Amino acid sequence: MGYVALADRDHEIEHHDPQTFISKYIWSQDHKVIAIQYGCTAIFVGVIALILSAIMRLQLGFPDTFSFINPENYYQFVTMHGMIMVIYLLTALFLGGFGNYLIPLMCGSRDMVFPFLNMLSYWVYLLSVIILLISFFVPGGSTGAGWTLYPPQAIMPGTPGVDWGILLMLLSLVVFIVAFTMGGLNYVTTVLQARCRGMTLMRMPLSIWGIFIATILGLLAFPALLVSGIMMLLDKVVHTSFFMPAISSMGVDPGYTGGSPVLFQHLFWFFGHPEVYIVALPAFGIVSDLLSTHARKNIFGYRMMVWAIIAIGGLSFIVWAHHMYVSGMNPYFGFFFATTTLIIAVPTAIKVYNWVLTLWEGNIHLRVPMLFSIAFIFTFIHGGLTGLFLGNVTIDLPLSDTYFVVAHFHMVMGVSPVLVLFGAIYHWWPKITGRMYHEGLGKWHFWMTFLGTYSIYLPMHYLGFAGVPRRYFAMGNTDFMPESAQDLNAWITMSALFVAATQILFFANVIWSLRKGPKADPNPWDATTLEWQTPDNPPKHGNWGHELPECHRWAYDYSVPGYEDDFIPQNVPADTAPAGRDHAEVKS
Amino acid sequence: MLATLLGWLLRQSFNTQPWVAEAVDEASYQAPFNAKPKLVALTTFLAVATSFFALILSAYSLRMELGDWVPMTEPQLLWINTGVLVLASVAFQWTRNVAVGGRMSQVKPGLMLTGVLTVAFLVGQVIAWQQLFESGQYITSNPSNAFFFLLTGIHGIHILGGMYVWARATARSLGGRDVDAVRHSVELCTIYWHFLLLVWLVLFGLMLST
Repeated sequence: MGYVALADRDHEIEHHDPQTFISKYIWSQDHKVIAIQYGCTAIFVGVIALILSAIMRLQLGFPDTFSFINPENYYQFVTMHGMIMVIYLLTALFLGGFGNYLIPLMCGSRDMVFPFLNMLSYWVYLLSVIILLISFFVPGGSTGAGWTLYPPQAIMPGTPGVDWGILLMLLSLVVFIVAFTMGGLNYVTTVLQARCRGMTLMRMPLSIWGIFIATILGLLAFPALLVSGIMMLLDKVVHTSFFMPAISSMGVDPGYTGGSPVLFQHLFWFFGHPEVYIVALPAFGIVSDLLSTHARKNIFGYRMMVWAIIAIGGLSFIVWAHHMYVSGMNPYFGFFFATTTLIIAVPTAIKVYNWVLTLWEGNIHLRVPMLFSIAFIFTFIHGGLTGLFLGNVTIDLPLSDTYFVVAHFHMVMGVSPVLVLFGAIYHWWPKITGRMYHEGLGKWHFWMTFLGTYSIYLPMHYLGFAGVPRRYFAMGNTDFMPESAQDLNAWITMSALFVAATQILFFANVIWSLRKGPKADPNPWDATTLEWQTPDNPPKHGNWGHELPECHRWAYDYSVPGYEDDFIPQNVPADTAPAGRDHAEVKS
Repeated sequence: MLATLLGWLLRQSFNTQPWVAEAVDEASYQAPFNAKPKLVALTTFLAVATSFFALILSAYSLRMELGDWVPMTEPQLLWINTGVLVLASVAFQWTRNVAVGGRMSQVKPGLMLTGVLTVAFLVGQVIAWQQLFESGQYITSNPSNAFFFLLTGIHGIHILGGMYVWARATARSLGGRDVDAVRHSVELCTIYWHFLLLVWLVLFGLMLST
């Protein structure tokens, strides 16, 4: 059994123990250091994207007030905000950050299976981020084509950044995909081959299930973005006509023949929709573990949760064209994709019910990670329900390209995953740094963020119903829009600035904790999963000292009757503690 | 592909009772695949590459139906190149067989032969490109040409990636040490070469028939 030997290569790890500062913290092959590198880089670009959104909101809330915002850079900010948030922050932080940190620790292995490839993955990701950031400073600035980069406008004169911005954007995406593929191969192989003894697939914590399936989605879906990126690069650089129709631009014929912009949309969304779940599935998994741990109760319907993750993963590949109801594709496609969209709501709803049922009669501790997790249930239900509206062709047509759509996707894949990310950072902070955070600051951060985001996105739904179009730099004189829409916009902007400023509390907490935070208990939440059972806190290189853990039970033995503690870690043998649920008297 | 994966995952998870704690039992703990990690990684990568090529081909078939598509005549040289690539695949299979059989002295010439054949294929592809250029067919001439250059180019890049692993294995085999590592590399390369041959046959067949 080669995989056990692999997980157990103790002396090999000792042999390669990094000695110097550079091999320990810079060119590190330790999954934990790489995870932190991924995390810091992702949060850094995330802050840039947050600032960009604040500038956009300034323009929308108070038009004609700020002279430094013109239509060109407004579109550049919109584009870069979207692209950074979806790809360079959420994907990178969930999979590169938490995937890297949690997979080996939760599966009980010493490291990723291919540590060198893992290191390479981070540095290539950093390269893609640098290319992305350079595009702000080239002549003409970054691309303003919208994060979907639809041709023909993405590469036609008149769109901001058409000279260099779009080239660097596409190049950066290609580099990112290379980085993701290297990381992804590692995550999949590690989950499949390097689990410790006793860690069967069905004993894995749901965090790992979410990350694992999301990685598979990413590996199969990112090629679609790669294909469309390469073909668009060729259209731009050598003037092929994959996507570019016969078109004349400002009286000049750029020489394109009859390509198909809709073809790009199909390829883009074949990536783009699974991408939603690449971000959502790790969030689902992590939030399941957070809820269970802080409610001191086993997750409700573990097997159902696993199957729901798998089902969502499979279905996510056949819903893509619900982003394209107004693209001019064959209208009959719409019926098919509306149906699949409603079907994918079923496993998703199962997950929501199970989260709520996990809380039912739980011993809920309203610590900071738990607050974020419960808030996630609210925002996710909210964003999910508006998704049911938009998934139906007849409702989508009038709502398409309005603020209703903006409100929907920010609720469901902006706010919700970010709440989980914050929850996860607070939850694993004591393990990652060995120090506690400031509980009070954390709670202030939570409440201001949670209420603030509601105050941003709830009114946007009404703007959408009123028909206010998205993507516009300024609304101009339109009869159908009531005066009050502008007041609402101003309110939304105030809230957005408030939420953006609130994030300072988070960074203050980080700094406080790193400088003055009390030393954390190795298992401050009394959690069962293996990462809390490491001999050192934070875990050292190789994670487990000399002996690998053995897994004897699932990750959710909380409040098992007849046991002194209200949790039994996964590495406690079956004969020294109650052997699980079905031997226990279940309280009726 | 996805269906197989889903089926496998369901088989793993069906009929288990994860909430029951049990002692570690070798019989109840089967490795998901009785394979080395590198093979699992390679298989996963082949899935990625399959997805990649399948998506280009679906773009090809959608783009083909539009009005400006003029079918192109592929250079006859491609038939010879195809033959060379088949031979490279056969040579790799032979090298693998002798490596697994433990006849390491024959691995070196086997790897050399494979390398020569593969390079010959790549050179042949480049010559085919030049023949097209000489007859005035450039990447922008027609979408069918654009796809031809795109597909052959991407396929070539994948082969170059394989050549990197081939070069490392060859260097190791010349050093004469790490017999196990060489054998393992050769086994993995063989799978990859067969995969790229299959991809090429599909691409070539599609381009010929349209």
